[in-house]
Amino acid sequence: MTAGASSKDILLAVSHVSLSFGGAKAINSFSFEVERRSICSLIGPNGAGKSSMLNILNGVYVPQEGLITYNGTTFERMEPLKVAAMGVARMFQNNALFGKMTVLENVMAGLSRKAKTTVIEHALGLPRARQESASFELKSDQAIDFLDLNPYRDLVVEALPYGIQKRVGLARALVSDPEMILMDEPMAGMNKEEKQEMSGFILDINKKLGITIILIEHDISVVMSLSDRVVVLDYGRKLADGRPEDVAKNPEVISAYLGTVH
Amino acid sequence: MGFMALFLETLIGGVLAGTMYSLVAIGFVLIFKASGVFNYAQGAMLLFSALLFVTLLKLGWPIPLALFATMVVTVIGALAIERIVLRPLANRSTMTLFLATLGLSFVIEGLAQGIMGTEVHALNLGVEDLPIFWGDILISQFDLYAAGVAITLTLLLALFFNKTRIGVSLRAVADDAGAAQSIGINLNFIWQVVWAVSALVGLVAGLAWGARQGVSFNLSLVVLKALPVLIIGGFTSIGGAIIAGVIVGAAEALAETYLGPIVGGGIQFWFAYFLALIFLFIRPTGLFGDAEIERV
Amino acid sequence: MKTNAGQMTVETSLQINAKPQTRKLPSASTIAFVILVLTAPLFASHYWLMAIITPVMILSLAGIGLNIKTGYAGMVSVGAGAFMAVGAYGMFNFAAHGGITNFPLALLLGGISAAIAGYLFGLPSSRIKGFYVMVTTLAAQFFVEWLFTKNAYFYNYGSVPTITLPPMTLFDLDINGNNTIRYYVVVIIVLLMTLAAKNIIHSHVGRNWMAIRDMNTAAGVIGIDSARYKRLAFTIGSFYLGIAGALWAFLFLGTASTLSFDINRSFQVLFIIIIGGLSSIRGNFIGAAFILLLPILIDYMVKATLGSALNPGFLSNMNKVIFGSLIIILLIKEPEGFDKMLRNLTGYIKRRKS
Repeated sequence: MTAGASSKDILLAVSHVSLSFGGAKAINSFSFEVERRSICSLIGPNGAGKSSMLNILNGVYVPQEGLITYNGTTFERMEPLKVAAMGVARMFQNNALFGKMTVLENVMAGLSRKAKTTVIEHALGLPRARQESASFELKSDQAIDFLDLNPYRDLVVEALPYGIQKRVGLARALVSDPEMILMDEPMAGMNKEEKQEMSGFILDINKKLGITIILIEHDISVVMSLSDRVVVLDYGRKLADGRPEDVAKNPEVISAYLGTVH
Repeated sequence: MGFMALFLETLIGGVLAGTMYSLVAIGFVLIFKASGVFNYAQGAMLLFSALLFVTLLKLGWPIPLALFATMVVTVIGALAIERIVLRPLANRSTMTLFLATLGLSFVIEGLAQGIMGTEVHALNLGVEDLPIFWGDILISQFDLYAAGVAITLTLLLALFFNKTRIGVSLRAVADDAGAAQSIGINLNFIWQVVWAVSALVGLVAGLAWGARQGVSFNLSLVVLKALPVLIIGGFTSIGGAIIAGVIVGAAEALAETYLGPIVGGGIQFWFAYFLALIFLFIRPTGLFGDAEIERV
Repeated sequence: MKTNAGQMTVETSLQINAKPQTRKLPSASTIAFVILVLTAPLFASHYWLMAIITPVMILSLAGIGLNIKTGYAGMVSVGAGAFMAVGAYGMFNFAAHGGITNFPLALLLGGISAAIAGYLFGLPSSRIKGFYVMVTTLAAQFFVEWLFTKNAYFYNYGSVPTITLPPMTLFDLDINGNNTIRYYVVVIIVLLMTLAAKNIIHSHVGRNWMAIRDMNTAAGVIGIDSARYKRLAFTIGSFYLGIAGALWAFLFLGTASTLSFDINRSFQVLFIIIIGGLSSIRGNFIGAAFILLLPILIDYMVKATLGSALNPGFLSNMNKVIFGSLIIILLIKEPEGFDKMLRNLTGYIKRRKS
């Protein structure tokens, strides 16, 4: 795709966002844009502010400065529940799964916000409540199936291998039919085969389901092969921003970051 | 008696009584700071040591000997608790640890009263509770002594934490247990020290409270008085415990005097909790507590 | 396998032609238990029915209420007694002052009173957590005790601060004097409410509670309103506690006072759920049976071996020591309570058989 500015369909625009924790600047006047149905990667060394940026988008952190425009609406701060309602899902770096619940229950929790039935309907076991639960279960089973999690469906997640837990986290994000998924190191700690498998899922989600993805990932080869756009962060500042092949050529990026990873 | 004099008398009485709350709260803070355990059994330990002390006195032991024996027994008991109950539970959730100490309080109360009986004992520490007058204002001499003890104890603990090697290690553990361990600090040893010290603080508090309201099962309930103090002062600050104790004591006394007659009295049973709730709304982690951030 | 991908974008949720949920059949032990308590009047003695099964069932219900707050939603509450008291005093006051003598209606109103109290004391829970939530429940405990003791209105200006129901109606059944009917009323209410609790736990509400308990921030990010669901847990849990409190006061004790719902009652219910297992429905029954039967058993064994030489004070203190030790041992060895232990055991037996 060539840079025909007028044809761009921007889903998310972050403009001059700054965040500090008790005086220490984690993010410094950072701006970037994410095109609809694209995969945009945030890369940079540890502590560059990548996860903090996702937390700002989710409304977990409140930035001191800057604006965020999502789907044409501009916000000074995001709120977690509203962000979720706008169709932004999240895959967490530490998975943040609900440890004592089964895979199915974890995935179904991703649908909770769509529930329209009341606690009393459920207590009395009324048909409407049962139907809603059944439809949630069906929908969750589709996500479980999509991510090849069938064998683990009824197992408690805290006992599952790390790679499987990552996929459960993705299923939980995917099940609510999000417009965008924020993925924080979905492949951390995985071996080569698992990474390939996860890359396949991410591509499917993007290409077949048309879901926009913001990806934080350390494995540069994965980033280069998946991304439509790469944004490089260093010490809370933007170092480079562009197509993967252009970013890879940027001398500043090579010296600051890429150079260290052969 | 004028309005001002009554107000001052109530306030001073409350402040002095509040230091008694502080005394109990300090024992909690010590253990919580070092190991994250909210020791509900602190009240039971207080009861046990005071009951042991009066029982020995009743058996005709001289005061110094009885005191020494009580100290030895409570310290051994505290070390045993750390070893048998808390150490197997290391790294478990704060709530599990709390529930374990709740179970522990049943064990200690049961043992204390099963062995030494359930009757109420008077405890005379030789401090006569003669009122002192300051102008129109009446001040309890006993409360003055108790406040003096609380202040002395706090100063001693401050010295201990700031000047001794163990104290410094302890602060390191409180800041970051993992890091402290990596520089060669023995966590188990530190935990034993805080349990022993907090048992001794409990002994002092037990004697002070026992002398004031008699040694009975009710002593173990002072733990419920300390909880709002901890909420207001934060679970990790000794200074906070002192100040919060004083605030609770003063507010309680004022409320009982001015609000009590309007609503029918007896409000000291819940007033401290409501005060704590108000503080919580203003500062959800207490006056001096640190905010916890759940990382995602 | 990835052919479902296309469909997934199409529908949000509800319009999918959902097949009725495959309802899991109750286990054999559940069926046996229900049959046993329903047929007990045919063979069990009056003592067993009224002094053992009735209180076990009522405290199990209280356990479910507390488990909703503590086991499922993860908020430690040490004020169970307070909400039981509101249920009992609420029912009494609707009967005494409001003239409502229809038993189910008065009971329901008692439960709703407790639910409202639970909602109010649950309000701070949206801002605070952990021990701080515990403090609000203790505030409830002491405030409620004070309220119902100091204000004669709540015990209808009697000469002593106790409450006893006026004669009530229950269709054409004699709820006031007939023990068999009282037994069945308790058992049926508890069983039905247990079923309702099970339905709630398996709905999105139950999942949201557990999600908040396990990972609060993440729950918010995936769209679960944690403040709202915490308040809901407080409300529903307190409703259960309130019904249990009213049953305890009027169908078990007959006459009650705030002493029936003091902090020791709160601890008792807390111990029931720890012993039985946090976030387990069945565990409440195991825990309640255990906590009520153990003292009887100890008493019996001591009398059988030592005669009645021991004084009762000593005995009750030894009971405390045994309870306390048991709590500690369970937390160390089997943190998920007896329910988990039983499941492990039956799993072990099944494996041995096959």
